[in-house]
Amino acid sequence: MSDGARAGRAELDSAQLTADVDATHELDLYRRMQLIRRFEERVYLLYLQGEIPGTLHQSQGQEAVAVGVCDVLRRTDWITSTHRPHGHALAKGVDLRAAMAELFGKATGCCGGKGGSMHLGDPSVGMLPAIAIVGGGNTVVTGLGLAFKLTRTDQVAVCFFGEGASNEGAFHEGLNFAAVQHLPIVFACENNLYGASTPFHQVSLVPDVASRAGAYGVRGEIVDGMDVLAVRESAGRAVVEARAGVGPVLLECKTYRFAGHSRGDVKGYRSREEEAEWTARDPIVRLRERLAVTLDERVLDATDAQVEAALDDAIEFARQSPLPRAEDALTGAYATVIGMESTS
Amino acid sequence: MTASAASAVGERRLTIAEALREAIAEEMRHDEKVFLIGEDIGVPGGFGGAFGVYLGLTEAFGHERIIDTPISEKALAGAAVGAALMGMRPIADLQYADFLFECMDELVNQAAKMRYMSNGQLSVPMVLRCPVGTANRGAQHGQCPESYFVHVPGLKVVCVSDAYHAKGLLKSAVRDDDPVLFFEHKLLYGSKGREQAGGMDLTAHVPEEEYFFPIGKAVVKREGTSVSVVATHMSLYRSLAVAEELAQDGIECEVIDPLTLLPFDEETIFTSVRKTGRLVIAHEDTLTGGWGAELAARVAEECLFSLEAPIRRVASHDVPLPVAPVMEQAVVPSQARIKAAIQSCCEG
Repeated sequence: MSDGARAGRAELDSAQLTADVDATHELDLYRRMQLIRRFEERVYLLYLQGEIPGTLHQSQGQEAVAVGVCDVLRRTDWITSTHRPHGHALAKGVDLRAAMAELFGKATGCCGGKGGSMHLGDPSVGMLPAIAIVGGGNTVVTGLGLAFKLTRTDQVAVCFFGEGASNEGAFHEGLNFAAVQHLPIVFACENNLYGASTPFHQVSLVPDVASRAGAYGVRGEIVDGMDVLAVRESAGRAVVEARAGVGPVLLECKTYRFAGHSRGDVKGYRSREEEAEWTARDPIVRLRERLAVTLDERVLDATDAQVEAALDDAIEFARQSPLPRAEDALTGAYATVIGMESTS
Repeated sequence: MTASAASAVGERRLTIAEALREAIAEEMRHDEKVFLIGEDIGVPGGFGGAFGVYLGLTEAFGHERIIDTPISEKALAGAAVGAALMGMRPIADLQYADFLFECMDELVNQAAKMRYMSNGQLSVPMVLRCPVGTANRGAQHGQCPESYFVHVPGLKVVCVSDAYHAKGLLKSAVRDDDPVLFFEHKLLYGSKGREQAGGMDLTAHVPEEEYFFPIGKAVVKREGTSVSVVATHMSLYRSLAVAEELAQDGIECEVIDPLTLLPFDEETIFTSVRKTGRLVIAHEDTLTGGWGAELAARVAEECLFSLEAPIRRVASHDVPLPVAPVMEQAVVPSQARIKAAIQSCCEG
């Protein structure tokens, strides 16, 4: 495995959830958040330079949610993601090179170039291709939970979604069905205050998504989504409950998207003061300050350098990778077609 | 003709509902990953599904594998998609095909695209049973919306009209690794068609031994040399009745049941059209953008110089369905309209 792949792959089989997170573990959480932050920043530049096609939805500011939740999952657990999936993918352990190559539209991408930024995923690490329809994952995830329940595995599924999705019918149907079936699911809401440009308070008289859990007899919990240790602790409890069959749980992580909704968003709909208030709570800065109390700064700098090297490696890998064959676009929609066993 | 009179010695005849129930039971016994999910399908003292297809299955297989959902079509379709992605083989039930529009995202954006988006790493082996058809239920409980889904790469679309093919195709659909929408006509479930179906015998020979009928294969229901008639569901039976009438006038219709609309068995149709030189298409789905339009285009592309007359389509008129029987029957393709279209086609 390359350094890049190693840096990008989260170690998923976490220890006992009740155990304290030791300094080594904390440093690893820091590294993974930093990887997502720098991934987002660097791919945005590559996009602006024309090396990455399509569009991008960046998740700077929300790293603690992706990393904190995925840290309490096993490799065999599954996640569904959204149109803003880079952080979830890296946190769940999608190979960094394969993720980068997918954004470049290369054959070596985790979806062979057919998925792209908004459909990043890798079944081998328990991530469906990201579902870029708002609320789309909220019903599909119930089937994951149902399969785990019917086959009596102790797997858990986590559905990441934004606060905007909580106004979709899918949110309500999925949560209610999961509740009455006691499915092993954690609905992890990333409440970043805005659905594209629309502030949540303008589209919901209920300020907390978690309070909607009560309508379905589900436990809802609010956690500081800018604190990876807090997210990890809450997610750990939720996952334990889900795994034990007393779920689902709705976990609302209050967070903030530092960048715009997508490329070219100048963020005219929110104040610089509000941005400054949230930037001051940067989850990576907070954890770094905490770590700096006990760790030599040089260790943290070395971690940053390791992340940078991993990204250099992944970008170079993506650049050097072959393009997909154009004709491959015409195959793979079906497992079986008439006259052919398989098109994949 | 009664069912008993139609039975040859030792020939077992079943209704479509019985054949579907038998297919489901066989597949549930064959593979424990097969389960049922839908509204009102297993509730004790309930209906066994909107049309009774599941009666008795809960007693045989228990509630764990027969999952009654809330009235939440998005959730039940999404659950089927998600479970299929995890390797299960759900048979989902939608009560009325009209409710498909409640779960278009789960079907069109998720089920149909997950395999492609994942570059073949995932499959969605699910079946969704969708009862269609006009039966005095009005605009929101009588549509035949199969053509919408013929337009969706990644889905398979099946329309069954008799017990033999219903069973063989449902078993194939359950074992297929792709999502299959399975359209059944409400008036064709029973042993005798309801009054609207003319009270005809709807049982068919279904062998005791296991068999499969392949997805993507059409059947010639009646051979003929004058004109090819491609029809599904009630329009198929009306076409067959018309064929008998027209035979007395020397017009021999070759009546074809396509059975699968996506992928479409073009070759069977092309072969027939090259023989007869004439084509009439009949379906209860509305005319504009219906699957008949797609078939007509393909025949025009591939067999134009075999055609001796313009292709004729008979479909429901382009209006929502009314309830009053006199109006409803004016909208759907009647036997008279099908007959007129075939006669017109044969005059050219």
